[in-house]
Amino acid sequence: MANTELVSEPVADPARTGRMIVYGIVALIGLALLFAPFLFQDVRSSQVAARICVFIVLVASFDLLIGYTGIVSFAHTMFFGLGAYGTAIALKNMGAGWDAILVGGGAGVLAAAVLAALIGVLSLRVKAIFFAMVTLAAASVMLVLASQLSGITNGEDGLIYQVPELFKPAMKLMTDADGKVLKIFGVAMNGKIAAYYFVFFFSAFLFWLLMRIVRSPLGTVLEAIRENEMRAEAIGYRVVAYRTTVFVIAAIIAACAGILWAVWLRYTGPDTTLSFSIMIDILLMVVIGGMGTMLGAVIGVVLMSMAQFYLKDLMEIASSATSGIPVVPHLLEPDRWLLWLGLLFILLVYFFPAGIAGTLMKKGTH
Amino acid sequence: MSEHILRLDDVHTDIGQYHVLHGISLNVPEGGVYVLLGRNGAGKTTTLRTIMGLWRAHRGAVVFRHHDITRLHTSDIARLGIAYVPENMGIFGGLTVEENMRLASAGGRFDDNRLQRIFTLFPAMEKFWTKPAWSLSGGQKQMLAISRAIIEPRELILIDEPTKGLAPAIIRAMIDAFREIAAETTILLVEQNFLFASSLGAHVSVIDDGRIAHSGAMAELTQDKDLQTRLLSLSLDAHQ
Amino acid sequence: MPSGPNASGSLIDRFGGVYLLPLAMMIVALPLVGSFSSWATLTVAGLAMGMMIFMMASGLSLVFGLMDVLNFGHSAFITFGAFIAASVLAALAAWVQADSLVLNFLALSAAIGAAALFGLVAGWFFERVIVKPVYRDHLRQILVTMGALIIAEQLILVIWGGAPLSVPRPALLSGSIILGDVAVEVYRIFAFFLGLIVFVALYLMLNRTRVGLLIRAGVENREMVEALGFRIDRIFIAVFMAGSTLAAMGGAMWAGYQGLISPTLGGELLVLVFIVVIIGGLGSIEGSLLGALMVGLMGNYVAFIFPKLALASNMLLMLIILLWRPWGLKPAVGG
Repeated sequence: MANTELVSEPVADPARTGRMIVYGIVALIGLALLFAPFLFQDVRSSQVAARICVFIVLVASFDLLIGYTGIVSFAHTMFFGLGAYGTAIALKNMGAGWDAILVGGGAGVLAAAVLAALIGVLSLRVKAIFFAMVTLAAASVMLVLASQLSGITNGEDGLIYQVPELFKPAMKLMTDADGKVLKIFGVAMNGKIAAYYFVFFFSAFLFWLLMRIVRSPLGTVLEAIRENEMRAEAIGYRVVAYRTTVFVIAAIIAACAGILWAVWLRYTGPDTTLSFSIMIDILLMVVIGGMGTMLGAVIGVVLMSMAQFYLKDLMEIASSATSGIPVVPHLLEPDRWLLWLGLLFILLVYFFPAGIAGTLMKKGTH
Repeated sequence: MSEHILRLDDVHTDIGQYHVLHGISLNVPEGGVYVLLGRNGAGKTTTLRTIMGLWRAHRGAVVFRHHDITRLHTSDIARLGIAYVPENMGIFGGLTVEENMRLASAGGRFDDNRLQRIFTLFPAMEKFWTKPAWSLSGGQKQMLAISRAIIEPRELILIDEPTKGLAPAIIRAMIDAFREIAAETTILLVEQNFLFASSLGAHVSVIDDGRIAHSGAMAELTQDKDLQTRLLSLSLDAHQ
Repeated sequence: MPSGPNASGSLIDRFGGVYLLPLAMMIVALPLVGSFSSWATLTVAGLAMGMMIFMMASGLSLVFGLMDVLNFGHSAFITFGAFIAASVLAALAAWVQADSLVLNFLALSAAIGAAALFGLVAGWFFERVIVKPVYRDHLRQILVTMGALIIAEQLILVIWGGAPLSVPRPALLSGSIILGDVAVEVYRIFAFFLGLIVFVALYLMLNRTRVGLLIRAGVENREMVEALGFRIDRIFIAVFMAGSTLAAMGGAMWAGYQGLISPTLGGELLVLVFIVVIIGGLGSIEGSLLGALMVGLMGNYVAFIFPKLALASNMLLMLIILLWRPWGLKPAVGG
């Protein structure tokens, strides 16, 4: 913030201040996630922390698409699901080993990449807006397949499986003198911790990778295409090829996030990976956080995850408080929280299309 | 002092983040052909589109007769009596020649006299009257685009590079047609073909880099070779 | 301007070109299904379903073609139409069950009429409030209409609850007609002919009236229509309202067809509607009809032969057609 006492000094660039605020928030979130097992020791919190890690990757990879190329895909959960299901099916059938994660996850990632390339080449050359429809159709087919090919996927019920020894709660990472599991700051050093840090560090790595991609020459080209497609085409960038490449990269990273999710949950079903409501979550997170910023993904995911828990609590209170009035309590029921989020979403797209991170970072530059 | 039908006062236009017009000023007198020359990307098309309201000037004014049309909606500008023939001709390919013409005529009814004149100018229009416009050749499409512009009496017709990609024989026929049209209305013609432009235009402005580099009588420019080379070296080399 | 693939003038084209595709599907399906009576039943079901999907898709296709607006909220009109029709039929239960053709017909008209009226009003509201601020901005358009879809779905849950709702079918339209050993449900015939009437009306409107001429021209080149002195946004709102009305009517018909409806119906149908629009080509109702009939037939045949692959088969159909003709079978331009 500009200091009013130092008027003669050059006023601090507000965009830079905004950027520092965003960096600060993201760093704080990063630290909180790094120490999450020690900071929040109940089961639900560790679940939320792991979900945040995985979704940051998922949403950031979606941002690579929507924010950096301006194309809207509804197939992101499909790729997420391919990674998760690949891992789950292999863990179920090959046994709970690292080889299963490698083979199954690898197969899932490969399937995601091939499918993405196919969809990209087929529909991106026609009209960008076709793409939204084609991906929506593809995603719903995948959802139907997952729930109907029950021989492989166990249908709606999904798959429950074992994970490698290292991640089992009974695993003792460190033991004290008595041979019992060692506790540091009251946190047992068991397999659950190993699983969390597996998720955390892999997510951090994938996010770092995404940051590298958008700051690479590829990222510069993408922004040129987003700003002016025709001009980019005239300069000689092959727009379709670049877009397909990005779509494939985003799909691969989403599938990797799917692997992490499958390993963490020890369960994979349509509702945890493929369902349309997850796609909507991703969309809301990326828009709320700020499209085309990458860091916005972090903020969006954390905010939405918090809202999902606390907004519901708040609405519960509001709903019971208004129970005398006819329609209002129905509108305020916790299950109706999406109604209000939808409204918020529309207002956000109208008035703050840059999202939280985007608005903060761009403040004053225009 | 001649009556001006169209005046542009220091018009600036941006397209996206690119500043394309840096202050265009024009005075188009009533009647005849006024030619805009200039290299590719100089801002000729942008000038026409700005007049038509398809792109917005963010500074300056466009005045048609006594109306300030700078902020008017494109359809209202058209209704003042300005017709526009874009570079891509703007033909509706899925519609027949007749339907294309019908859209351009007031209330969807044809004035038989005007229609007959068009058929005399461009016999192909009568021949392909019920054919879908996509089946026409490039030259015939251009004729349709111009026919559409003159099916109603207009005060001013903006035409963007009508000779682009056309065979020399068709261009010669086009010159005659333009002379006849210019007898009853004013044409603001964007052209790269100097031969075509100089055989029609009475006045000329040369646009370069979004500014007017020269304005004057066409006769003056055709006689002054030095001026030509200085202003138009590129297009002259290409067309002489 | 992009130009679509032009008819090549081969023998097949002379006899109807791509319009033969649904016919070809029927012929191919006959030996695969095996029995003639099953095949006939499936074919009628497919055609009826196709016509209902056509009603839902035609508006979306025109809206898309005219203004490049992709409206994800379109499915909300379908769902609301279905639920409103179901509620009206339930309220008029006495007329619905009465043994009088007149009362039956009145109840049905009231149900479809109520859905249509809703579509008209909701379409106007949606266009003005949701879509208009984001004309020509695809990304925000998709996001905003998506947000509107979320809200609409939640409102349906608030009003009708999440449980499936059963739809009473008028006595007039229940039962079947027996032709030889083929039983044809009356409702399917009704759905087919209602869809056909809608198609013919739309076709005449687009090809015989000045507004229709403007719409067709606008689909091709919006800017040029304005340069000829017309306000395309005023035409567009009319088209948008017509599209939402047809979608709501299609939803109402669908409710009667299914007999049991759930709030997810619109979302499930939207996928089929998108496939139809892509297969058919943007902005052409002939294309929408063609695509809808193919999707309807494909869905029914495959559901009979390989029950689990019905939706996947339509996806495959879309992929094949996109490979063959990236602009769809019958795009508005160049056909």
